[in-house]
Amino acid sequence: MDVLFSYLVFPGFLFSASAGLFAGWIDRKLTARIQYRVGPPWYQNFVDILKLCYKETVVPYAGSRAAFLLSPIAGFLSMILVVSILGRAIQSPLESFAGDLIVVTYLLIIPALAVIIGASSSNNPFASIGASREMKLILGYELPFVLAMAVVVIKSHGALNLGAIINRQIAFGPHIASFSGALAFVVALLCIQAKLCLVPFDMSEAEQEIMAGALVEYSGFPLAVIKLTKALLLYALPVLLISLFWVNNLNLPSLIVKYFLILLAIILIKNTNPRLRIDQAMKFFWGPVSFLAVLSVVLALIGL
Amino acid sequence: MSHKVVIPIGPYHPLQEEPEFFRLYVEGEKVVDIDIVIGYMHRGIEELSEHKHYDQVAFLVERICGICSTSHPFAYVNAVEDLGKIQVPERALYIRTIIAELERIHSHLLWLGLAGHFIGYNTVWMWAWRYREPVLDLFETISGNRNHYAMMKVGGVRRDIRDEDIPIIRKTLDELTSATEMFKGAVMDDPVIQWRLKGVGILTRQQALEWSAVGPTARASGINIDVRRDDPYGAYDRVKWNVIIQKEGDIFAKTVVRILELFESISIIRQCLDAMPKGPIDADVQEIPPGEGIGRVEAPRGECFHYVRSDGTNRPVRHKIRAPSYMNVATNKVAAPGGTISDAALTLAAVDPCYCCTERTAVIERPSEKKIMNGWDLIEKSRQKTKHFLITRGK
Repeated sequence: MDVLFSYLVFPGFLFSASAGLFAGWIDRKLTARIQYRVGPPWYQNFVDILKLCYKETVVPYAGSRAAFLLSPIAGFLSMILVVSILGRAIQSPLESFAGDLIVVTYLLIIPALAVIIGASSSNNPFASIGASREMKLILGYELPFVLAMAVVVIKSHGALNLGAIINRQIAFGPHIASFSGALAFVVALLCIQAKLCLVPFDMSEAEQEIMAGALVEYSGFPLAVIKLTKALLLYALPVLLISLFWVNNLNLPSLIVKYFLILLAIILIKNTNPRLRIDQAMKFFWGPVSFLAVLSVVLALIGL
Repeated sequence: MSHKVVIPIGPYHPLQEEPEFFRLYVEGEKVVDIDIVIGYMHRGIEELSEHKHYDQVAFLVERICGICSTSHPFAYVNAVEDLGKIQVPERALYIRTIIAELERIHSHLLWLGLAGHFIGYNTVWMWAWRYREPVLDLFETISGNRNHYAMMKVGGVRRDIRDEDIPIIRKTLDELTSATEMFKGAVMDDPVIQWRLKGVGILTRQQALEWSAVGPTARASGINIDVRRDDPYGAYDRVKWNVIIQKEGDIFAKTVVRILELFESISIIRQCLDAMPKGPIDADVQEIPPGEGIGRVEAPRGECFHYVRSDGTNRPVRHKIRAPSYMNVATNKVAAPGGTISDAALTLAAVDPCYCCTERTAVIERPSEKKIMNGWDLIEKSRQKTKHFLITRGK
């Protein structure tokens, strides 16, 4: 019962999805204010989801029906698991199980894989280009992202346990305060921008080039599920970053402030950059970002 | 991989504000060839114009395009004045020039915004359009309309610029200068934008000559061409300004040309406001003699050409229009292949295409039979339709 509650209500689906949708509203509102627009009311993202649930679901005739409909659900369920594990680790660090960091890292790739599978099974040329871009992008950002996490593991003396990492930071100060930790934090921030599929790394859903790209054939309930998955990602990734790099204590206000600071950074990056080409994004991630990641790992190993 | 996939951009696509069809043949992400299909917006303006009298045509050609809605009437009145050897009062020439340059400013800002949107930089989009808004307000102050100003008439202009409006124009121009300075910094010095736009969609000087590119598209490829200087009309020979040339021919060069042209336009308007004499704003035109005349105008997108032939009646017997996008859209055939899909999407937009200006004939394609209809077919079709109405509705 307790497990079901934490999976479905708090800190799982209901709470995290609401928080993610609300964060999505902050993104839309701030973006609108930056661009001299009014922006939507706070409940806009919620009614968007509600509206999509009522809409007709169109399944492409030529594609594989099961893969097309099931892959968004797979991504969605794995994201719920991520937010539950993360939330439990922050709630009571001592209870978290060994190796949950690896599980979270693994589960975080599944939404992107689900998008690729769904897009490929829709048999649409725009979607297949979006899927191939998403695939290349995963190859790009996954290496520096894992390296950034390796920095945290090294600095926590090999702990692969979110609770242990959090407890160590409470005891000895946050990792971001050290040189290598700050570098790894910047690397991870750039990677979550790509994981969230936001400008400048939104080429898999580039509206002006390939319409909605990977999502072009989705409508109705599956699209609502994808939007919810994105909302969960927008909640989970900054929270993961906080728990890995930036825990002073587990006070709720300080966590919320940190979350908003990271969200603000994401929104500002999104609004002050044009979209890159996929080959440029790959060069960016495999070049400077990977270099920074390796550098921070080396610095962490020599104890900086 | 030699497997060619067709990526359709159009007939309805978020990249384009008007229906047009580009078939991109791609291998992976690389564009190897492109087909351009126009004809979704054909309205038969030339034919319509032969059924209207000379004053009405000015309103008609204004509706060819919502963005260069003064370039077409300007070229048309130039053609009719050339045909009738009509002397236009000095003040009218200055007013025409001011309106044409204001239009260039709002058109270039519109393009800058759209270009920002197309590279996914929506902040640039919204900011450019925010600073375009005061220009539209100026048009509303001067003419009562934001987009179709109806200022041009054969022999002069329809409305005067009132003295009390001139300080408002000057103030808006001052604000625009600082806004343009900001865009110059924000767009031309942004490393990511440079990374994205430099060396993309290159139209070499030779290609631009071969494909007869005009306007900013040609000037960005190093061709020194500008109707305002080469064949002065309006008051352009009475003011000092520069033709902006860039050599590279890529999308970044096209952006730079348009941004720098904003400064020139502002300078032209300021000089016109200073030098504008008092006096009448239109000549009394009684009759259009038989003959033919041409009018050329440097529209925001390039040379806009109108040809009018008269037989002495109150209607033109032939009115031929060539809009700049007709030449520029075709250059995509050489500029787009070679890049990726992302680049091709930008290249298509970088010529600042105005499709409703471009349309020639409607093309109807069916899988079984392919029928291309020319102007006469269309007229015949519309006559048949009229006859059908007459029969079915009993006259």
